[in-house]
Amino acid sequence: MTSSVGEKEKFVLVRQNLEEAEKIEKKSISFWGDAFYRFRQNKLAMFCVFLLLVLVAMAIFVPWFSKYDYDTNDLMNTNQPPSAKHWFGTDDLGRDVFVRTWVGARISLTIGVVAALIDLLIGVVWGGIAGYKGGRVDEVMMRIADILNGIPYLLVIILFMVVFGQELWTMILAMTVTGWINMARIVRGQVLQLKNQEFVLAARTLGASFSRILFKHVIPNAMGPILVTLTLTIPSAIFTEAFLSFLGLGLNPPLASWGTMANEGLPALEYYPWRLFFPATFICLTMFALNVIGDGLRDAIDPRLRK
Amino acid sequence: MEKILEIKDLEVKFHTQSGTVHALRGVNFHLNKGETLALVGESGSGKSVTAQAIMKLLPTPPAEITKGQIILDGEDIVPKTEKQMEKIRGNVVSMIFQDPMTSLNPTMRVGRQIDELIMKNEKVSRQEAKRRAIELLDMVGIPNAASRYNQYPHQFSGGMRQRVMIAIAVAARPKLLIADEPTTALDVTIQAQILELMKRLKEKLETSIIFITHDLGVVANMADRVAVMYAGQIVEIGTSDEIFYDPRHPYTWGLLSSMPSLDANDGEELHAIPGSPPDLTKPPVGDAFARRSPYALQIDFEKEPPMFQVSETHFVKSWLLHPNAPKVEPPKIVQQRRRVLPGTFEHPVLVEGGL
Amino acid sequence: MLKYILRRLASILLTLFVIVTITFFLMRIAPGNPFTSEKRLPPEIEANLNAHYGLDQPWYKQYAQYLVKVATWDFGPSFKYKGQTVNDLIADGFPVSLYLGLEALFIAVFFGILLGVFAAVRQNSWVDYSSMSLAVIGISVPSFIMAAVLQYIFAIKLQWFPIATWGSFKHTILPALALAMMPLAYIARLTRSTMLEVLNNDYIKTAKSKGFSERVIVYRHALRNSLLPVISYLGPLTANIITGSFVIEKIFGIPGLGAHFVQSITNRDYTVIMGVTTFYSIILLLAVLLVDIVYGLIDPRIKVSAKEGV
Repeated sequence: MTSSVGEKEKFVLVRQNLEEAEKIEKKSISFWGDAFYRFRQNKLAMFCVFLLLVLVAMAIFVPWFSKYDYDTNDLMNTNQPPSAKHWFGTDDLGRDVFVRTWVGARISLTIGVVAALIDLLIGVVWGGIAGYKGGRVDEVMMRIADILNGIPYLLVIILFMVVFGQELWTMILAMTVTGWINMARIVRGQVLQLKNQEFVLAARTLGASFSRILFKHVIPNAMGPILVTLTLTIPSAIFTEAFLSFLGLGLNPPLASWGTMANEGLPALEYYPWRLFFPATFICLTMFALNVIGDGLRDAIDPRLRK
Repeated sequence: MEKILEIKDLEVKFHTQSGTVHALRGVNFHLNKGETLALVGESGSGKSVTAQAIMKLLPTPPAEITKGQIILDGEDIVPKTEKQMEKIRGNVVSMIFQDPMTSLNPTMRVGRQIDELIMKNEKVSRQEAKRRAIELLDMVGIPNAASRYNQYPHQFSGGMRQRVMIAIAVAARPKLLIADEPTTALDVTIQAQILELMKRLKEKLETSIIFITHDLGVVANMADRVAVMYAGQIVEIGTSDEIFYDPRHPYTWGLLSSMPSLDANDGEELHAIPGSPPDLTKPPVGDAFARRSPYALQIDFEKEPPMFQVSETHFVKSWLLHPNAPKVEPPKIVQQRRRVLPGTFEHPVLVEGGL
Repeated sequence: MLKYILRRLASILLTLFVIVTITFFLMRIAPGNPFTSEKRLPPEIEANLNAHYGLDQPWYKQYAQYLVKVATWDFGPSFKYKGQTVNDLIADGFPVSLYLGLEALFIAVFFGILLGVFAAVRQNSWVDYSSMSLAVIGISVPSFIMAAVLQYIFAIKLQWFPIATWGSFKHTILPALALAMMPLAYIARLTRSTMLEVLNNDYIKTAKSKGFSERVIVYRHALRNSLLPVISYLGPLTANIITGSFVIEKIFGIPGLGAHFVQSITNRDYTVIMGVTTFYSIILLLAVLLVDIVYGLIDPRIKVSAKEGV
C-alpha cells in the first residue's frame, strides 16, 4: 500500500465540532410505551388477548341472541350429542349446553374479575400502607397477614361456603378473605423499593401528604407487578370456583357457572362426555390465555427476567 | 524469546437481534513467556471479548470467531472442539474475573472449589488435593488457611475472595493467566495488595500474564508491555516505557491526558475524550477514532490506517505516522512527560500485513 | 437453629389457635349446626355430642372445652355417623391420602426438575419450546379436569387402568398423575427460569474457565443453586396436593381422608369438618416448617439465628 499521487491532499487536518459528538442519538421512549411495544411483539400473548376478547364478546352476546334460555327444560331431548340444533348438545334436563356455556362464562368471568379486583383493592391499601409506613406498623400488619396466610386458602373458602351458603356473593367474598395477601405482599415489596427513591424524597420535600405520595406517586410506579399479579389472580379465582363446584359447594341450580356445569357433567362422563368437555375446555382456555397474558406482561415490563 | 501466545488477525462477530456487532476487527499481538502484557481501553473496546476469546469462553450462539488464529503454546485453538478446550482451560490458561462477589459459587465450600480443579487435572487423592488447596490459600495470603478451607464465599471479604479466585486460577499451574480487571471492584488499598500478590506469584510460578484494565496507574505498576485497544482493534502497542513516555496514537494521548496525576501542575485541566465509542453494528470506515479526535485527517475518514513501526517493540496504527502527514503536537500533559527513548527509529516504518 | 425451630413452633401454635377458634365460631353460626339445632337428632348422637361439647352450656365454656379436647387430640364424635369419631375417620382415610399425596409429590418434583433442567440447558431448542408449551398448558388445566380427562382417555376408552377405587399400584397411577400435573408444570417452569438465571451468573463462567464440561457444570454447580426456589415452593405444593386430593379422591372413588372430608361437607357433618380442617392445618404448618428448615440447611447463606423473624 503505497501512497499514490492525489492522496497527498488527503493528509490534511479536518476541523471537527466535537461537542456535536455528545448528542444523544436515539429519541427516548417512555417506560410504558416501551413495555407495550415489547408486549405487542409477543405473538402468543397478543393472540390470547384476542382470544379473551372473543370469549367475553360471546359471553355478552350469545345469551341475548340465542333462542334458548339457560334454564329452558326440554325433557324430550335430554342428553343429546352436539348437532345443528344444539351446537354443544343438551344436558340431562334437555337444556341447551351452548347457551348455558356462555351464561356460565358470564358468571365464571365475573367471579374471577370481581374477586381479583377486590383482592387488588385490599391488597394495595394494606401493602401500600405497610410498606410505606414501615417500622412497627409494617411489622404488625404483615404479622397479621402471615397468620391469616397460615390458614389454608381453600379450607377457609370451604368453611365460608358451608357457613354462609352458596350464593354468588358469598363465593366472591370467600375468595377475597385471604386472597388479598399475595397482592399485599407484592405491593409492599414494590413500595419498599420505591419509597427510598429520589422522586419520593422530592415529593416529601415539597410538602405532599402521606396518602398523596402513596397513591399518586408510589403506587403508579408499582403498577407493573401489580398488573401482572392481577392478571394472574383471575385464573386462580376461576379455578377456585370450579373446584368448589366439584366439591358440591358451587352455586345453586339452575344457575350455571362453568364449574357447576363441569361438575354435573362428571358422572355422565362415560356416555355424554360433551357435558363435561365444553365447560372444562373453556375453563382451561381462559386460564391458559390469562396465564400467557400475565407472563407476557411480566416479560414486557421487566425484560431482564426473561429467558 | 519464546512466544506463549500469538493472536493473528482475529475477528469476532456477535449476531444479535439488533444486528451483527463487529466486536473484534482484526486484532494482532503476541505475548512472550514470562511477560506481563496490559490490555487497555474503554468499555466496549473489545478487551474482555479478546480475553474470553483466548479461552474460547464466548457463548457461540451469538458469538462467532469469523477469522484469525489464536496460537496458544504453539497450537492454534480456533479450530479446537469444546472437548479439547476443556483440557486446556484451567490447565494451560486460566482466568481471574472482575467481580469477586459473584465469581464464586455461593453454595459450595471454598476449599472444594479449589480441590475440584486440582483433581480434574491430576490423579491425586482427596487428601492430597486438600493439602495442596490449603497450601494455595496460604500462598495467596489467607490467614488460617486450614479452617478457612471449609468456609463459604459469603464469609470472606471482597479482597479475600479475589485472593481465593487467584488461588483457583493458579492451582493447576497454568502457563498463561488472564486477569480481567481483577482490581476494579476493590478498594484502592486492597487493590495494591492484590497487585503485589500477583507480582509475587508471577515470579514464583513463572506465569505469563495478560492484564486487562482501564486504569493506567495499575498498568504502570504491573506491565512489561502495553496494548491499547479501541473499537475492536489494537491501535498502539509497545513497552510500558514507550507507551507512557513516547505515545504516538491520539487515543493513547487522550487516555494519558485524562488520567489525574499527582505531579501535574495545579490548574492543568483534565481532558475527557469527547463523544462515545462507535456503534460496532456499523463499524466506521477508515480510522475509528478519528471522529472523536482533534487530530483527524481527511484520509482517516476514507481508509483504515496501516500499522507503523516506531521501534523494535513499538507499533502504532495511525495515518499520523505517514510521511505525508502533518506534524502534530500531543496535549500538554503528554508533552511534559515525553522522552526520547533509545531504540526509536528515525522515521516510522510502514509494516506490510501483521506484526 | 434450635431457637428458630422453637420460635416457629410457637408461631404455629398461635396460628392453630386462630384456626380452631375461627372454625369453632363459624360452626356455631352455620345453619343446622349441633349447637343450635332444632332438628331432632338420633338420641345416641345427641348424647355423644352433648358429652363432648357440652351443648347445654354457655358458649365460652363450650369453647374452652373444645380447645382442651383439641389439645388432647380428641376431635369428638361424628355428627352424622353413629359410633364413629372424627379420629376414626382420620385414622381410616389419612394413610391412603398420604400414600397418594407422596406419590404425586414425587412425580411432580422429580419430573418437574428434570424437565426444567433439560429445557434450560437446551435453551431455545425444540425441547425447550415444546416442554414449556406443555408446561403452560399444565398450569392452566385444573387437577380435577385433568383427572376427568385422564379417566376418560386411559380408563374408559383405552382401558389401560382401572376407572376407580383403590387397591393395587395400578389404581394409584391415574389419580397421582392428575394431582401431580399442575405442580409438575409449575416446577418445570420455575426450575427452568431459575437455572437460566444461575447459568448466567459469574461463578458459572468461573467454572467454565476451569475447563469443566457442561454436565459437570450443570449438575455440580448450577443445580444446587437452582433448586432453592423449588424447595420454597414445596410448602404451597403440599397445600395444593392436599386440596387437590379432595376432588381427585371423589372422582376416582378413593377412600382417603379427602373423600371423607368432601362427604362431611355434603352432609354438613360439622364436627368432622372442624376436626379435619384442624388436622390439615397442622399438617400444612408442619410441612412449611420442615421446608424452611431444609432450605436453611441447603443454602449456607441463610443464618437461622435467633435474630431472624418468622
